[in-house]
Order: sequence, then C-alpha cells, then structure tokens
Amino acid sequence: MLANYIKIAWKVLLRHPFYTFITLFGISLTLTVLMVLTSFIDHLVGSHYPETNRNRSLYIEKMVLRDSSRSSQNSGPMSFKFLTQYAKTLKTAEKVTITSFFRTSNAYAGAQKIKLNTKYTDAAFWEVMNFTFLEGKPYNEQNIRNGELVAVITDDFRRQYFSDLSEPVVGKDIEVESIHYKVIGVVKGSPPTRIFSYADIYFPYTVPKSNYEQDDIMGGYVAVVLANKASDRKAVQEEFQDKIRRIPLPGNRNGFKYDIAEVGCAPYVESMLSIFMEGGPQVKVIFYSVIAFLMFMLMGLPAINLVNVNVSRIMERSSEIGIRKAFGAPIRTLLMQFIVENIFITFIGGTIALVLTLITIYLINQSGWIAYADLTINLNVFLVSIGVCLLFGLLSGVAPALRMSKLSIVEALKS
Amino acid sequence: MISLTNIEKVYRTSTIETLALNNINLHIGQGEFASIMGPSGCGKSTLLNIIGLLDAPSKGSISVGGQPVTSYSDQEMARLRNQRLGFIFQSFHLINDLSVLDNVEIPLLYRKQISAAQRRQMAQEALERVGLSNRVKHFPKQLSGGQKQRVAIARAIVGRPEIILADEPTGNLDSVMGNEILSILQGLNNDGATIVMVTHDEAMAKKTHRLIRLFDGTMVGDTTLTLC
Repeated sequence: MLANYIKIAWKVLLRHPFYTFITLFGISLTLTVLMVLTSFIDHLVGSHYPETNRNRSLYIEKMVLRDSSRSSQNSGPMSFKFLTQYAKTLKTAEKVTITSFFRTSNAYAGAQKIKLNTKYTDAAFWEVMNFTFLEGKPYNEQNIRNGELVAVITDDFRRQYFSDLSEPVVGKDIEVESIHYKVIGVVKGSPPTRIFSYADIYFPYTVPKSNYEQDDIMGGYVAVVLANKASDRKAVQEEFQDKIRRIPLPGNRNGFKYDIAEVGCAPYVESMLSIFMEGGPQVKVIFYSVIAFLMFMLMGLPAINLVNVNVSRIMERSSEIGIRKAFGAPIRTLLMQFIVENIFITFIGGTIALVLTLITIYLINQSGWIAYADLTINLNVFLVSIGVCLLFGLLSGVAPALRMSKLSIVEALKS
Repeated sequence: MISLTNIEKVYRTSTIETLALNNINLHIGQGEFASIMGPSGCGKSTLLNIIGLLDAPSKGSISVGGQPVTSYSDQEMARLRNQRLGFIFQSFHLINDLSVLDNVEIPLLYRKQISAAQRRQMAQEALERVGLSNRVKHFPKQLSGGQKQRVAIARAIVGRPEIILADEPTGNLDSVMGNEILSILQGLNNDGATIVMVTHDEAMAKKTHRLIRLFDGTMVGDTTLTLC
C-alpha cells in the first residue's frame, strides 16, 4: 500500500513540473532555514570542541545578592576565593575548574596592535576542557604555585603574533599589557560563542592582574563542575546548594546589605537561559512568546501557503478519490494516503534542504563570520531535521486531506 | 440480495428541489443479470449509485443480504463496498498515473488480510480473465477504449464480489467493443455474479434477464426477459 501511495505521489509530482518546483522550492527553503538554525543552536548549546564534556558539566556563573525586601540586588560572577571555598571543595564532582570570563587586552607584534581576549584559569581547566595542543603542553599546579609567567596561546594568535610560522613558538616570549610571558603551549582555538572556553591567551590565575586574591564574595570568576556522569549532576547540584545555604547571612558588600544569596549551578542550556529568565515569570512568557512567534513565522506561514497549493493539487485528483472510495477506501485510509504522500514530498524537499544546508554551513564555517565556527549536521541535528520534516509535512497535509476526504463519491467521480 | 424499500432521492439547492427518485421498491436476487433503462435524466445512474452505496437516499431503506445498511458508518459502508460490490463506469475511471496492474489491484489494497504477492497474483488472474494479461505494465493512456473498459472490469471482479454494478459500460464504445464487453459480463453472470447494468441501448438490455424501466424517477416497468 505504501509503495502504491509513493508511486502516485511521484507521478503527481512529475505531472506539473511548475507546481512541483514551487512546492519543493518552498519546502526546501523553509527546511534549510530550520536546519541551519538547528545546526546553529547545536553549535551554541551542544557538546563541541573544546567543551566536549558539556553533557556532564554544571556551570556556576552568577551570584545574586538581595536584601530582605528584594527591592535591590547585586549580581555577577564570583570571586576566586568564593569559588575555591564553595565549588572547588565539592566532593561529588569529578573535577572543578575556576576560570575568569574573557577580558579584552592588547598586544603588539612589532608596531602592529593586536586586540585579544585573555582568560585566567587554574590547571584543572585543561582537564575539564578538551583542547587540542598543537605545540607544548598546558600549565600545571607547579607552574601556578611558582607564579610563573607562562601562557597558552591559540593557533590564531600565534599566526598574528609570530611572523615566522615555520618554527615552534613554545619557549618564545610574548608581551601583553607590558608583561612578558613565556609561551608554554599552543592550542586549536575555541569559537567566541563558547564563552567558558574562548580566549586568545590563557594565563595561570597567579599571574599579575588576575585579581584572584580579591577579598570579596563577588568578582570576575566562574566555575565549571564536571560530574562523573550526566546522571550524577543532580547530586552535585544538591551538594552545592547545601553549601550555598551555609553562606553567612546577612552580609555586607561595599555598603550593600544583603540577606539572600543565590548561586545557580545548572547545565549549560539552563544556565544560559537563566539570563533571559532573570526578570521573572513575565519575562519568561515574553521569551517563549517570541520563540513561538518565530517558529510560527518559520514553519506556520510556509505551511499555510503549502496548504493552498496542496488543496489545488488534491482537488485535481478528486476522480481518484472517488474511485478509491467506491472500491472500499474508508476516509481514514484516504487521509493517511494523502498525509503519507505529503510527508514523502516533504522528505524530497528535506533531502534538497539537507544539501542546501551542507552548502550554507560550509560557507558559514569558511567565511570567518564566527571564528573557529564548526557548524555541523550531526546525528542530533539530523534527527531534529527529520522531526521538522515530519511536522511540516503533517502541518501542510492534514487540512487538504481532510477537505478531500469529505467529498461525496458521486461528486468526486463526476469531476 | 439487495432490497430497496420506498427509496426517494431529492437534490436540493438554495432555490430548487429536484426529485430524482420517487418511491422505488426493488429487489435484486442472487445471480440475476438486470438492466435499468430509461431516457436521459430519468434517474438511472442515481438508482445504480444508491444500489451500490455510492450515494445515500433521502428517504427509504436499503438492505444487502437481508441486513439493513442505511445507518452504516463510513468504515462499515467502505468494507461492504470493498467486499461485496464491484463497479464498472461508463468513462472507465482508471487512475492514469498507475499501471494497468496497479489499477486492478486497488480494491485489494483495502483488504488487510491480502499480502502484496497475493494481490499481484489475483490482479494478474483478473486481467487474464478479460484477455489483457499482456498489458499489465501499460498505462491507461496507452490503451484503447475497449481495453480500458476491460481493465475496469478486471478491477471490478478482482476482489470476487457477489454483485457487479455497471453504469453504461458500453456507452463509450463502438458496437463491436460493446458486444465484447457484454459477453464478458454474461460470462461473469454465468459464473454466479449478480449484475445490475444501466444502459440506454435496448438491444443490450434485451440480452439480460430482467429489464427495469424508469421514467422521471419512477419505476414504470419491471420485466423478466426470456433469452433467445
């Protein structure tokens, strides 16, 4: 039966090349946009280089201090000291790294000014993140304890700073903000969209200007906690929140008296979304409304358009509908036939969209629009794309199929 | 086999009401070969559509095999049409996008218990029966009118229904082809099929066992014919 449906769908496609072109153009363009979007979302939130352990990581990136009336608050990253005391000591975690967010800085290669981003990290950073070392090695606890002025740089920075790329740069000197550092390793860089790992130069947290000794509850550092496995994250969260409950309250920070201290320890997506959700339930509603509206614009409108094209296509086949009904096809079976046909057509569009998406992704990756962009069509993206094709096929096929199936046999045969 | 009691069919538009069938009482017995005759617009096809459950009467009741079917659901009606009825139309009504074999298989697609291989086998047998086994891969557009009607007959008989309903099956064919089709129908009737045929060809009608005459939606004659 399925072969019969597909055979018919294929013949119908060949019958009107112009209609077919319009239909497939609409479907493939819509699906391309959705697939590229899915790939981009996967690039943002998936477990990719060098944050390949995201699926078993938790992010402590923001502290919120409030007064008892909740009328004023201080929020932002935390101090190195605070994270050492509350995050580094987590017993249920496999590893915890403390790192600063990237900070902008300047370096000079001869007379040429290079704008760059720096990051201060501990040694565990290199274990929690999976950087590929092209040269040398990461700094270790010993380098940190000794306060050595060493740095790990990215291949991109190496290209900008050193003119002679034929020689290794490990052991060479770089000058950043008038301080000389010895290059200890070169890594393949991380895209700027991965804020916990992205920088051009990585320094041990004990180098000057890192502010790691700052005697405050808040500061410029965040922590990434690696659980032994994804399912262990709940236990880590519970242990962390238990510690947070023991923060001495009330407290005073530069004159601001706080009675409540909140620190999240959440998986990556949740942690990022919390930025949008900060404003309470109203903001949440707005955020999800915007997402729903965008999805409607991306899927709903092309689907409605396709419904019209499909209605004309299906009504053209009313004689076939009459024949099938006369020979015993119930409405339910006919509905199924037209939906299957529509899904088949959508999947042809989906295949074209897959090729277009691969081309688009290749162009984005090559364009340098996002440094180190590594947009891919992986299994997740592929499965979401198939889901999207199915949904789109259903959205645009059900209405015409319903209308068609209600045709009376005699009327259908007359046409 | 099929009984119609006090059947009335009214077509309504916003401005006009047309009585297409008026108080029809009819019983078609098993193994009969009945023809329905009458001038154009007298309600012949409407009556055949109601007998074949393709259309619902405005009033009256229908029973098939002693079972009243007027209140059947879409699913039940579809099953009844699929298993007990076969249709042959004047304009053939073949699906041009499907091959001859695929067209003939259509009624069997809606029988879950028949496998694809069985379907193929049964369709080939039906085509052999109408002398078209050498055209299985052809498409309707590649066939003559007579060949198309033979494909339509193969499709009507493939599911081995008890009743075959033919709406002017020779209407679009020349007399030679028409006679050929009629002899196929006679053969099917000899093998036990009940056939009801609408025609406006007196000569054709006289080759059947029973002649029902309609005029302005009313049954004006019902004659049992003696075949020479």
